[in-house]
Amino acid sequence: MTEIPPSSGKKLGLVIDLDTCVGCQACATNCKQWNAGGHLAPLPDMKPYSAGAEGVWFNRVHSYEAGEGAEGRTVHFPRSCLHCETPACVTVCPTGASYKRAEDGIVLVNTDTCIGCGLCAWACPYGARELDEDEGVMKKCTLCVDRIYNETIPEAQRKPACVITCPVGARHFGDLGDPGSDVSQLVAARGGFDLMPEMGYAPTNKYLPPRRPMAPNPNPPAEAEPTPLDLKNPLLRWLDRALSR
Amino acid sequence: MPDTNLPSRMTGHGEVIDTQAPIGDEVKTTTCYMCACRCGIKVHLKDGRVRYIEGNPDHPVNRGVLCGKGSAGIMTQYAPARLRAPLKRVGPRGSGEFAEISWAEAMEIATGWLGHVRRTDPKRLAFFTGRDQSQSLTGFWAAQFGTPNFAAHGGFCSVNMAAGGLYTIGGSFWEFGEPDWELAKYFVMFGVAEDHDSNPIKIGLGKLKARGAKFVSVNPVRTGYSAIADEWVGIRPGTDGLFIMAIMHELLRTDRVDLDFLVRYTNAAWLVVRNPGGADDGLFARDADGKPLAWDRIAGAPVDAATAEMQPAIVGDYTLPDGRKAVPVFQLMAERYLGAEYAPEAVAERCGIDAARIRRLANEIADIAFKETITLDVPWTDALGRRHETMVGRPIAFHAMRGISAHSNGFHTCRALHLLQMLLGAVDTPGSWRYKSPFPRPIPPGPGPAGKTTAPNTPIAGNLLAFPHGPDDLLVDDNGTPLRIDHAFSWEAPLGLHGMMHTVIGNAGAEDPYSIDTLFMFMANMAWNSAMNPLEIIRILTEQKADGEYRIPHVIYADAYFSETVPYADLILPDTTYLERWDAISLLDRPIGNAHGPGDSIRQPVIKPDRDVRPFQDVLIELGARLGLPAFTKEDGTPRFKDYPDYIVNHQRMPGIGPLAGWRGEDGSKKGVGEPNKDQLQRYIENGCFWKHHLTPEQSYFKQANRAYLDEAKAMGLMGAANQIVMQIWSEPLQKFRLAAQGHGAKQPPAHLRKRVETYCDPLPIWYAPLEQAGHDTTPYPLSAVTQRPMAMYHSWGSMNAWLRQIHGANRLYMARSTATAQGIAQDDWVWVESRNGRVKGQVTLMEGVNPDTVWTWNAIGKRSGAWQLSEDSPESAKGFLLNHVISEWLPAQEGFRGANADPVTGQAAWYDLRVSVTRCAPEEIAETAPHPSTLKSPPNMPAVPLIIREPGK
Repeated sequence: MTEIPPSSGKKLGLVIDLDTCVGCQACATNCKQWNAGGHLAPLPDMKPYSAGAEGVWFNRVHSYEAGEGAEGRTVHFPRSCLHCETPACVTVCPTGASYKRAEDGIVLVNTDTCIGCGLCAWACPYGARELDEDEGVMKKCTLCVDRIYNETIPEAQRKPACVITCPVGARHFGDLGDPGSDVSQLVAARGGFDLMPEMGYAPTNKYLPPRRPMAPNPNPPAEAEPTPLDLKNPLLRWLDRALSR
Repeated sequence: MPDTNLPSRMTGHGEVIDTQAPIGDEVKTTTCYMCACRCGIKVHLKDGRVRYIEGNPDHPVNRGVLCGKGSAGIMTQYAPARLRAPLKRVGPRGSGEFAEISWAEAMEIATGWLGHVRRTDPKRLAFFTGRDQSQSLTGFWAAQFGTPNFAAHGGFCSVNMAAGGLYTIGGSFWEFGEPDWELAKYFVMFGVAEDHDSNPIKIGLGKLKARGAKFVSVNPVRTGYSAIADEWVGIRPGTDGLFIMAIMHELLRTDRVDLDFLVRYTNAAWLVVRNPGGADDGLFARDADGKPLAWDRIAGAPVDAATAEMQPAIVGDYTLPDGRKAVPVFQLMAERYLGAEYAPEAVAERCGIDAARIRRLANEIADIAFKETITLDVPWTDALGRRHETMVGRPIAFHAMRGISAHSNGFHTCRALHLLQMLLGAVDTPGSWRYKSPFPRPIPPGPGPAGKTTAPNTPIAGNLLAFPHGPDDLLVDDNGTPLRIDHAFSWEAPLGLHGMMHTVIGNAGAEDPYSIDTLFMFMANMAWNSAMNPLEIIRILTEQKADGEYRIPHVIYADAYFSETVPYADLILPDTTYLERWDAISLLDRPIGNAHGPGDSIRQPVIKPDRDVRPFQDVLIELGARLGLPAFTKEDGTPRFKDYPDYIVNHQRMPGIGPLAGWRGEDGSKKGVGEPNKDQLQRYIENGCFWKHHLTPEQSYFKQANRAYLDEAKAMGLMGAANQIVMQIWSEPLQKFRLAAQGHGAKQPPAHLRKRVETYCDPLPIWYAPLEQAGHDTTPYPLSAVTQRPMAMYHSWGSMNAWLRQIHGANRLYMARSTATAQGIAQDDWVWVESRNGRVKGQVTLMEGVNPDTVWTWNAIGKRSGAWQLSEDSPESAKGFLLNHVISEWLPAQEGFRGANADPVTGQAAWYDLRVSVTRCAPEEIAETAPHPSTLKSPPNMPAVPLIIREPGK
């Protein structure tokens, strides 16, 4: 079994805002195209123009409903590797192919030593592992390790593809090990939470819950009280109104 | 670098990752076309292939972000469904029997057919372009050809929205205006088309949510944007107008309206003649110079309504010097919407919204407008020359799109929404909805449509799609018969500003009002998802007369992909993809300006086609030269333009005004107006393929009456005069149509349309039950049925994309759990969806977030078997279904008149008026959709579909 290295304290990850995600799939397809030519390429698509089309995606967006009727809520839920602090997908790996980086906490797969046994996929409760059936190896979100340190890319763009492309700004990237980082502050301010904390894997990625909607005005203005509809001529109140252009 | 002191198994066996690999070997900017939004993109190329497409951070539309469609452009570029070469039909129409031909032969065939039509009777060419972004070229070409029968797809898209806005506030939503995303405190969105416009709305919603502004979504379905709304109002389709009018009722009843705004910026104080039965009834009282009058309470007399120093009356009965009676517009409006029929209690049941909730929303909106006023310390000068030290704003913003416009009552509903904005004083103020420059434009924006007469070999002068001011501008003959094949600008659709593509083939089949010779289409999937009742459209396209000739003798079709329409054409002109061609996103057409200033953009080819295809615009320009169209030919008969980029740079519609506004003048120093600049395209490319002009802070709001803005807009050629644009609550052009219907004037509607014109050309917004529903007994069809566009798919252009079709492979019928359960329908059941027009079969998904009297599905996911180069077993054709099969293109029969299933004012296709029943299929009927027309045969030499894609484009 594979061991998890001691943490450097740096925990790179994502903060995903469920209050603003509209489910547009931009993060999914942009991730797909980046990684289709990236570190873990290829991301093959089987039967791409037929029934049963199924490809490797490192990021998928699911839509759910919670609650009943008009009181319920539709939730768009982007799902990718959470780069857990104590990931079972690493510890179950029989070959050491699945590993967690000490320097930044990113969980990766060395496809040269992966035997495609699928134990990591069984161990991951988040369904974040993607089997490349063509090569017979496991693949997954790399947190765009080939973008975020890439000095051939303008500095402002050195973020995961899913973050850069998100049209509503629902995805944030940073060091969750640094309490002063923007992402840590955001998590603190918005009550960010761990996905399935009871599993004990201590995910690095956080989700932000829906905000509480603005309450209706508790003191509606007096003139908003119902006026009898049979008021003789409501137009009269405007007759002597002195207006200027 | 990995910590080398760690055990090997902790480091992936010391895996070394190349974190410094360049993305590709070249990057080019251009403009996305994966939907209608026109975002700026950077395309990274590697080894001559597209490697990665990202949003351009500098681009004013998308500021670096890119949606799910745009991010999948690479798979649209490399789809096997791309057409490969010009095709000539060699079997019966619809058989799919084609032979590849050379471009020389294709151009000869097209020139032969088109030349004959032009020499004999040019109106027998119907030239209709679908989701065309080069309408300033295609429309100009049609006029040069001499046919009035041109339009793009606006008639079946959102002309209600455009017409409602342009005739009311001189702008509209989407390309015409946007919420003040930075300052709005409350945002109400009515049913929206996700791609109108895609990323700006998403960026804006993100900003609103981050600031804690309230977002209310009025939509029968709680998906997409509605999912993140702070309040979802699950309205019943087609009743939005009533809901809006009930809010107006509440605002008027409680006297929470912005009277100062109304008298300064709208025609609220203009006097309307009251002379029932007279030819001037309902027209504005005007002075000798034709200027509208208002009643000055100080002078006790009517004065020019544009007078600065006056105290206008907004209610009261007044006598004009000539003895006629008149009342201010405001009074007419207040009388109508204070009526009991617009009280919340009166509309609640029909809308499916509690009266108390309507009242609460009205109060919330009024609170924001009048108690949370925004004041910017930005001095400005109004159109009358008066300086104001601040800009005062009402931070309540609205947005609406197809959800309210794709109904036969949509025009009036759109107008009602603009009236609501005016009552709140929330038009182009800080925090409200704002004009996107070059809007506002005069109301109406220009002269009436051209095309009253046609003659062989003769161009038509003027714009084919323009703005009627009254009956004299209609395109009808002395009997009131339409002059256009689609009947736009006739009494059936007097404000048919975008044409009526949805009626063209039906009317051509009925030879109503005449037969056509050649149907020439571009990017319009009229044999499938772009048509109502597509099987009938297919019947007409394949109909042969007694002599064996087709009812429509020639069909030419240009598209880049093997769509369902390809097999029904005689000649296919294969287009390039959006990454392989030039385009101009022009101020003459549908520009990309925003509230911060006007702008336009281009596409440049970033890769070379690997097929024998040509950009459609190049082909059109060459055809223009071959046909001898004056604007496309030099005096010596040689082509005037080498290709489309040559046209973009050198064509001048008026002196100094061409397709692109940036870097004009010989040295590129001029904006808007200036001589052609041979380096113009290079300057665009150097700037990321767009041009943007930034307004100063003092020009940024109140553009309709802002002296600094109006003067500069005129100088840049954005408008002809720098006059204040007065918003029109009472619409005089509509009243003129109504007066004609009442028997006044030289041009009057034919008898069978009089009542219709009189009813629906009401100068104030009205609500009526959708015509489709009012025209037949809907008891057997208790449910409304609508479609939505998924955020990851643009109409039909997505199923050939190997990634996007994994996200949306087969559409379901979505139904409220409560409604389904009451009928014994369970999750995954197969059901028949039946309307008066027929039935279609699909599979059910139950949900909570849908109005219980409404079912819906995704638009255009269902495909015809074989099309788009998908295997026959693909879920798109086996299980996906097209709701279009049960939508009739005609209204239920009304006394012999065959009216389009459309808005009676604008001709907008009323897609969302549909009523259906849903019943479970018999057990033996499950597992495949119906109707399921025969599998289409692929054109010759299309590639076999791969079993696996390892690397895009390889």
